[in-house]
Amino acid sequence: MADQEYSKEHIPNEDSDTSPNEEEATQNQINSELASELDGLLDEIDSVLETNAEEFVKSYVQKGGQ
Amino acid sequence: MGIPKICGIETEYAVIQPKLGEQNPIHASSILVNAYAKQAEVSSKSGVAYTVEWDFNDETPGNDVRGLAPIGSLPPIVESHLVNAVLENGARFYVDHAHPEISTPECINALQVVKYDRSGERILEKAMSLANEALSPEEEIIVYKDNSDGKGNSYGCHENYLVDRLTPFGEIICHATTHFITRQIFTGSGKIGVEATGVDSDSIKYQLTQRADFFEEEVGLETTLKRPIINTRDEPHADATKYRRLHVICGDANMSETATFLKVGSTSILLAMIEDSYLTKRIIFDNPVRSIKEVSHDTTLRKHLILNDGSTITALEAQWEILNSASEYISRGGGEFTGGEVANKIINTWEKVLTGLENNPENLRSEIDWIAKKFLIESFADRHNLSILDPRVRLLALQYHDVRQGKRISEIIGLKQLIADSEVNEGVNNPPEETRAYFRGICLQKWPDSIVSANWDSLVFRLEDDYLKRIPILDPIEGSLVKVKSLLERVNSPNELIAEIELSNT
Repeated sequence: MADQEYSKEHIPNEDSDTSPNEEEATQNQINSELASELDGLLDEIDSVLETNAEEFVKSYVQKGGQ
Repeated sequence: MGIPKICGIETEYAVIQPKLGEQNPIHASSILVNAYAKQAEVSSKSGVAYTVEWDFNDETPGNDVRGLAPIGSLPPIVESHLVNAVLENGARFYVDHAHPEISTPECINALQVVKYDRSGERILEKAMSLANEALSPEEEIIVYKDNSDGKGNSYGCHENYLVDRLTPFGEIICHATTHFITRQIFTGSGKIGVEATGVDSDSIKYQLTQRADFFEEEVGLETTLKRPIINTRDEPHADATKYRRLHVICGDANMSETATFLKVGSTSILLAMIEDSYLTKRIIFDNPVRSIKEVSHDTTLRKHLILNDGSTITALEAQWEILNSASEYISRGGGEFTGGEVANKIINTWEKVLTGLENNPENLRSEIDWIAKKFLIESFADRHNLSILDPRVRLLALQYHDVRQGKRISEIIGLKQLIADSEVNEGVNNPPEETRAYFRGICLQKWPDSIVSANWDSLVFRLEDDYLKRIPILDPIEGSLVKVKSLLERVNSPNELIAEIELSNT
C-alpha cells in the first residue's frame, strides 16, 4: 500500500457532451467507488489497531521533554 | 547575506512498554540506543561507532542570546551520563529527558531534512526491532513520533537553522513570531481535546496542533516549562562570530513529508528574507501567547486574531502575506542559499497548500497531518458509531504516529511521499554530502575505533601513539564532499589525516 496514494481526485468523464443525468450517474459511481475505497481503508485500520483501547490510551503517559 | 540555510530537526520520540505496569522510560530509551549501537560490534560497517561518546565539553545550552540569563530562568540540564551514539550518517541518537531522541545531520535544504528525518524514523524502527528481539514479550518497547500524551505532558520536535550572526535578533523575534503562530495551519499534527490552562475542555473537540497548548511565553530560554514561542538558546556549535543557530521549539513532529518539507522550507526562506532585510511589513500580534492557541483551536481557519494596532488578521491572511513576499524574493534570486530548485518547490507547495486550506481543506488529506488525522478519526468514528472522545478513536489518533512499517497508519491512508524509500534507506548509513556532516560521517565509517568522541563542531581522534587530537569544524559548510573527499581517500589512517590537515594549515 506504500506506493498508493489515496486521492479524491478521480479522472472525470472527458466527454463534454454528457447530459446532466449521465454526469450524476458518473458522480454516483465515483462516490460509491470512493466509499468502498474508504471501507477498505477502514478495514485495514481495524486490523492494525492495538487491542484494549481504553487501557492502552489510559496508560499512554510520557515524561515532559523539551 | 550569503549564509546557506543549513538546517536540521531533533525529534524526541514517545516511548512506552505497553505490557509493563510501571514504566521506566529512561531505561527503555537507553535500551533502544544501545541496541542500535551494538550492531557495530557485529559488523564492521553497520552505521554506528559504538565506542564514540558525545563530547559535551562545548555544550552551552544555558547561553542566552540576550546576554546574561535573567534570574529565575532555567536553562535545560544537559544529562551527560546517559547513552549517546554518533551515527555514520552524521546523525546523533541519544536519550534526552526520558525520551529517545534523534537529531538529523546538518542538511543543505528542506528536502534533505525530509530525507534524514525519515531515515531517523527507520533508525528508531530498527532499534525497536533489535531491542524487542532481546527482550521478553512483556517488555516490548514501542515508540511514537508525537508531542503530547493528552495528560499534560509534552516533548518536542525542534528545528535548527543557520543564520547570519549580524542579523538583529529583534527582527527574527518579530517576523518569526508571526510565522510560527500562523504556519500552524499546515504544520499541525492534530490533537483530540485541549490541554491549555484556562480553556474549557469541552469546548475544543479537535485542534490543529499538539504543541500550542504548552506555550506560555513570547521569548525565553526555557524548553521544558514556560515554553517560549521564540527560544533564545545561543549555542551555535559553530564560529559564533559568524553564525547563529536559531533553535525552534514550537513545531509539531510530522508524519507527512509534505508538512515537514513546508514547515522547514517556509521557515528557511523566511529567515533568509529577514537576513536580507527583505520584509517591510510587520504583522505584530497583540497577544502572541493567546493567538498561538487561538489558531490551533480553530479548525475553520477563519478566526480573527487581534494585532497590536487593534486591527485583525486571520492565520491564512498572514501566511498569504509571507508567501507573497517569499515568492517575489525567490523569483529575484533568493533561492541561492535556500535550495535553488528546492526553493521553487517550496514556494509551489506553499501556494498549493494555502489555496487548498482556503477553498477545500479536505483535499489536502494526503499532505497535511491534522487534516489526514481528522478525516481518519471522523470516518472511523462514523463507521463504528462512536464519539470522537471514545478510547478507540483516541487510540487511532495515537497510532497515527506509529513509525513501524505495517502499523504505520500514514502509509495505509497514503500520505504523499517526496523521498523514495531507497533514498530514505541510503540516508540511514550515509551522510549529506554538502555539509560538515559528510566529514563526520565518513570519518566514523572509516575509523570508528580511532574516534574517541564527537560533537557537532569537532571530532577527537586517538592517534597511533595514544595521543588525543581534536579536529574542529567550526563552519557547517566546511567538511563537505567537494572539499574533503579526495583528502579522505588519500589518507590511510587518522595519523595521516591529521598530518595533512596540519600541513595545509601552515
